[in-house]
Amino acid sequence: MASKFINITLKIWRQKNTNAKGGIETYSLANVSTDSSFLEMLDQLNEQLINEQKEPVAFDHDCREGICGMCSLYINGRAHGPETGTTTCQLHMRSFADGDTIYVEPWRSRAFPIVKDLVVDRSAFDRIQQAGGFVSVNTSGRTMDANAIPVPKADADKAFEAAACIGCGACVATCKNGSAMLFVGAKVSQYALLPQGKVEAKDRVLNMVRQMDEEGFGNCTNTGACEVECPKGISLENIARMNREFLSASLTSDK
Amino acid sequence: MSNSVIFKSSIGKKVFMALTGLFLCTFLVGHLLGNLQLILKTGEEGRRAFNEYAYFMGHNPFINILSIVTYAAVLIHIIDGIALTIQNKKARPVAYAYSKPGANSSSASRSMAILGTLILVFLATHMANFWWKMKVKEEVPLHTYKLEMDNPMMGAANAELYYTHVPGIQPIPKDGKNIVEKGTDLYIKGTNVKVAEGYRDLHTLVIDFFSKSKNEGALFAVLFYLISMVVLAYHLLHGFQSAFQSLGINHPKYTPLIKIIGTGFAVVIPFLFAIIPVIIYMNH
Repeated sequence: MASKFINITLKIWRQKNTNAKGGIETYSLANVSTDSSFLEMLDQLNEQLINEQKEPVAFDHDCREGICGMCSLYINGRAHGPETGTTTCQLHMRSFADGDTIYVEPWRSRAFPIVKDLVVDRSAFDRIQQAGGFVSVNTSGRTMDANAIPVPKADADKAFEAAACIGCGACVATCKNGSAMLFVGAKVSQYALLPQGKVEAKDRVLNMVRQMDEEGFGNCTNTGACEVECPKGISLENIARMNREFLSASLTSDK
Repeated sequence: MSNSVIFKSSIGKKVFMALTGLFLCTFLVGHLLGNLQLILKTGEEGRRAFNEYAYFMGHNPFINILSIVTYAAVLIHIIDGIALTIQNKKARPVAYAYSKPGANSSSASRSMAILGTLILVFLATHMANFWWKMKVKEEVPLHTYKLEMDNPMMGAANAELYYTHVPGIQPIPKDGKNIVEKGTDLYIKGTNVKVAEGYRDLHTLVIDFFSKSKNEGALFAVLFYLISMVVLAYHLLHGFQSAFQSLGINHPKYTPLIKIIGTGFAVVIPFLFAIIPVIIYMNH
């Protein structure tokens, strides 16, 4: 495909720091290659801003390969932009047309406070993981080979699909309730499906859900928006599994 | 059992929402079956069938317990819904300048709170129009039926008649005492001889309410009822299948079936409710 150059107008949320009042700023950007990624386009904007002696736009990014979960951005009203199964770094400017106006906003959630501009603090996800998203393995050096435990292929596949979650927070960002249940559902499921994870399954789901609630995320109303916008295609089945796990754990555990 | 967890947690709230919602779905079926008697039988027969049904619903002990459970379910569904909505609003203090929710979710699923509120408004008018008059104000007239029976005392010209007072008792002398059993019925005084059966005439109240010749506001009442049923349909369209997901039931085999049944339920039940006032309006 021959590369093309387009001119766009950007409406970007600018906010100095967590406590500052933010607002939408408008920028014109010319000669954007349709082959460039969305983040490269923002790099181009930042070069322009630096040349104009202005503050560049802060945004999160790391691998730029769609697997690290660092990039975010609510682009034209959708998490990670208009394409499905795509992170912002894998979104390309060919998805936009010459003359387009593009809104770029940070994830909006009480649990994800804005650090600066488009950068949000997603450490709430880390704390949920720390509350139970692990398997306690004795690292004495005499641990059993993981492959010695038989795991049905179908379960392994489902656990792997759940584990594909990169923790980017698109589910929270797109949910009208700011709910983190797709993320937590995936993290609960990836262990609940495996024999190694079953040992601590009850405590895990109770602790992770408690932490999720404490962080101030909203409640799932099963709109299904998260599943549609998730760049990794995490299924709503994982939320149902978490609900099952939580129900049985809260009815049978001592806690 | 971790009581606090199941009541306070986000998932616990969703479970209560789902359980009460599904229970209220079964209530809708029961209510509909009763209402259908308004149109399935006509004339005196229909009037009697419906009034007998209303009497049964008001006096059967099992139904009385069930109605308390239903009021409780409605209350829990409302309170839980308000709590969820407030929390969910708080979870996003700053709204997006530009958002396209239509790209990833159905409008019904995003409007459950407002749809529920509209249903509550309907419920308030519905209960004021029928339940209040029937149960509280007691302004519903008694409708009596003459019994065809061969009884010598019927012929007594000076027989003093009385009907047992609301909610209605039939005195059956047993060991010299009157045993309460049934009925707002007409008796010959001092005997257990029933000469007529009486029921509070809810049938006439309902028919007159939606009748174009009896009620000037009937057209408005019918239209409001129809709109409310559309609102109910949208609420059920998401609510029915969503309840199963909340309870953790999401399965490749059953979920497609649940979605089909849920859609069918959301269309058929409000539709059948809605045609009843329309038929009454046209025929009366």
